[in-house]
Amino acid sequence: MNPMSWATPDDVLLSTSLATYLDKKIIVLLRDGRKLLGLLRSFDQFANVVLEGACERVIVGDLYCDVPLGLYVIRGENVVLIGELDLGKEELPPHMACVSEAEIRKAQKADRESSDLKGTMRKRMEFLDFD
Amino acid sequence: MLFFSYFKDLVGREVTVELKNDLAIRGTLHSVDQYLNIKLENTRVVDQDKYPHMLSVRNCFIRGSVVRYVQLPPEGVDIEILHDATRREARGG
Repeated sequence: MNPMSWATPDDVLLSTSLATYLDKKIIVLLRDGRKLLGLLRSFDQFANVVLEGACERVIVGDLYCDVPLGLYVIRGENVVLIGELDLGKEELPPHMACVSEAEIRKAQKADRESSDLKGTMRKRMEFLDFD
Repeated sequence: MLFFSYFKDLVGREVTVELKNDLAIRGTLHSVDQYLNIKLENTRVVDQDKYPHMLSVRNCFIRGSVVRYVQLPPEGVDIEILHDATRREARGG
């Protein structure tokens, strides 16, 4: 049975239902910080969602890359936010540059290493008891 | 049910929702449901430079389970009504 069959179109528009985002391009923020983009094809009351033509937007500093993934089913508990992308607006600020997947992975690795290094430096200096 | 009813009364007001991942979003409260999932309209992220991927998001759905705070307009809170409703709820309706 269609769960929407007893809801009138007005009810859906005024509710938190994801129906208003169906067949639109959305961005899904996940609990691990990943950002997935795609067309919303299905959902349920737990915010489980199906994304068609999904891709992961990897952002490192001013670089970004959309890594294609295909058809994705996302379990609701991992969802933080679902945003409708305004097609009339730029998705990213103009100073950001699109790079290849290989380049973004390299940038990601460098970024991770520098933050790891910061972590160990901090650990070594812990006896100073800053903050 | 109390906070569900309470948030329903705030529909149309401007609120700031802070999430457990520290992302704070300001927008007009469009709707809320029993899980305290929230839909916002005309959203803007408080620290936009840190979250460039949110630039073109104007409407969004926030899962209730990831919300840390909702900052309300001061005039949206009537402590007396809330207080009475709480006592009514505590007595079992």
